[in-house]
Amino acid sequence: MTPQVRSTPELPLVVKMRTRGLSVFYGEKQAVHEVDLEVGVNQVLALIGPSGCGKSTFLRSLNRMNDTVDGVRVLGEVDLDGRPIYGPDVDPVVVRRHVGMVFQRSNPFPKSIFDNVAYGLRIAGMRDKAELALRVEKALRHAALWDEVKDRLFESGLGLSGGQQQRLCIARALAVEPEVLLMDEPASALDPIATARLEDLISELRAELTIVIVTHNMQQAARVSQRTAFFYMGKLVEVGETQRMFTRPKEQATEDYISGRFG
Amino acid sequence: MSDATSSTPFVRRDGIFDRILVVGSAGACVALLGMLAMVLLDIVIGGSGRISLEFLTAAPSNGMTEGGIFPAIVGTALLTFLMTIAAVPAGVATAVYLNEYAPTNSTLARVVRVSIANLAGVPSIVFGLFGLGFFVSTLGRAIDVTLFSGELTFARPSLLWAALTLSVLTLPVVVVATEEALRAVPRELRDASLALGATRFETVVRIVLPEALGGILTGAILAVSRGAGEVAPIMFTGAAYFLPQLPSHLNDAFMNLGYHVYVLATQSPDVEKTKPILYGTALVLLMLTFLLNVVAVILRSRTRGKLKPAL
Repeated sequence: MTPQVRSTPELPLVVKMRTRGLSVFYGEKQAVHEVDLEVGVNQVLALIGPSGCGKSTFLRSLNRMNDTVDGVRVLGEVDLDGRPIYGPDVDPVVVRRHVGMVFQRSNPFPKSIFDNVAYGLRIAGMRDKAELALRVEKALRHAALWDEVKDRLFESGLGLSGGQQQRLCIARALAVEPEVLLMDEPASALDPIATARLEDLISELRAELTIVIVTHNMQQAARVSQRTAFFYMGKLVEVGETQRMFTRPKEQATEDYISGRFG
Repeated sequence: MSDATSSTPFVRRDGIFDRILVVGSAGACVALLGMLAMVLLDIVIGGSGRISLEFLTAAPSNGMTEGGIFPAIVGTALLTFLMTIAAVPAGVATAVYLNEYAPTNSTLARVVRVSIANLAGVPSIVFGLFGLGFFVSTLGRAIDVTLFSGELTFARPSLLWAALTLSVLTLPVVVVATEEALRAVPRELRDASLALGATRFETVVRIVLPEALGGILTGAILAVSRGAGEVAPIMFTGAAYFLPQLPSHLNDAFMNLGYHVYVLATQSPDVEKTKPILYGTALVLLMLTFLLNVVAVILRSRTRGKLKPAL
């Protein structure tokens, strides 16, 4: 069976997000060069590549977080369900409600666990206490954190362990029910056990939303993603189904990188 | 000497300079403490005997040689309060703009920062003259001409103008302290809030300002306590030598503890009889600013504690 799967052409993709000619500049310096990339719905897309290759910058342009950094210019197009997110009449704040983000270092607010998760809902105007409680529980269950924190929802989120804090940040992002979740090296500060839990969680979440994850860990990319994109020097070198990328890369640079010859 | 050195190769060569430095710097510390102690002791010993309920609640009488300092306490409190509500919101708003909204290479922000640094270096007597020239003579006159058909109402030294003059003096301190507090808020928290669909304004109000509140309050109180003891800026803009009544309107003149000390020390008809009152007034002023500083220190240590994870 396996050789047959290998020889078949890649499955057609149901596109959730698409970039066309996406370039990002920091002042005069170009960090991302005309990237055309498609993100499949209910898939995990892993972005890999050596440090400084532009993968994080690319990720942050998918929910317009680059807009919050001075001197960043984005050219090209990004669509979510065919709707441009860089159009002249698009509010980046609204885009971020549809495309959530989890950061490299867990960054819970210095508030209670409950208030952390409820933050985005309250920002979106939800006032009803019963509804808030329901949504907070749902998000914490989704993030596989509920059982650990249900008895201390009103204690500070900063009192949790590193892995729990990162899952709290995921719960916080899930609470507003985004369609796409961007993750920027979410496990880089976690120990192996917490990392394993996080990877299980990512695989479960895929059923309900689309995930783009930046990682430096090849095994992680292989374990959690269905498609992998390799970035080098700000350019997209190669993208394809993860299994194929890690067994039969088309580009020499991809093979060199995943086999540990550089990076 | 050279014989001794060659016979003991491991001799300490810097010993003598080391000792001079230690003795010198310790001496400087002691001298500093000594001077503070002398100032405090002199005022406490000279003033504590004078302080009584009557001293704190009665008006001066008999050409300032008897009675209390109640009007000066009230005037100082009113002045400080008005100065605070003028300076703190303006200062915090300025710092929020500089730190949260202005682009990093913004010319406006640079000009404002340079102006604030220069404002902080202006001698306080110059603020007094500025207050007289701008607030009293220009703004006050303009108000009188437009609203009171030229009748002298606001174009004279008053509580309002003195408070505004003082607020200009304390503004730089509030701005700098607030900016420092805002800078201490990690960028990750702002990013997290923005990524959840919050606007910049919501992020500032719900995340950044609450997180920086302790630092802002501490800075504000230190600025206020500094302003509360200033005399030069209010000399021409509203402080009075003696008033039979307490101020009841913004455009009334007022008595003030710092100014009262100055008056008692330089304008007294009977130096010997006013001396205890002078000491008492100085002590009350000192305790007032000391109290404000203690509140600031407590606030600061509290917010430090809050930043630690709860557990």
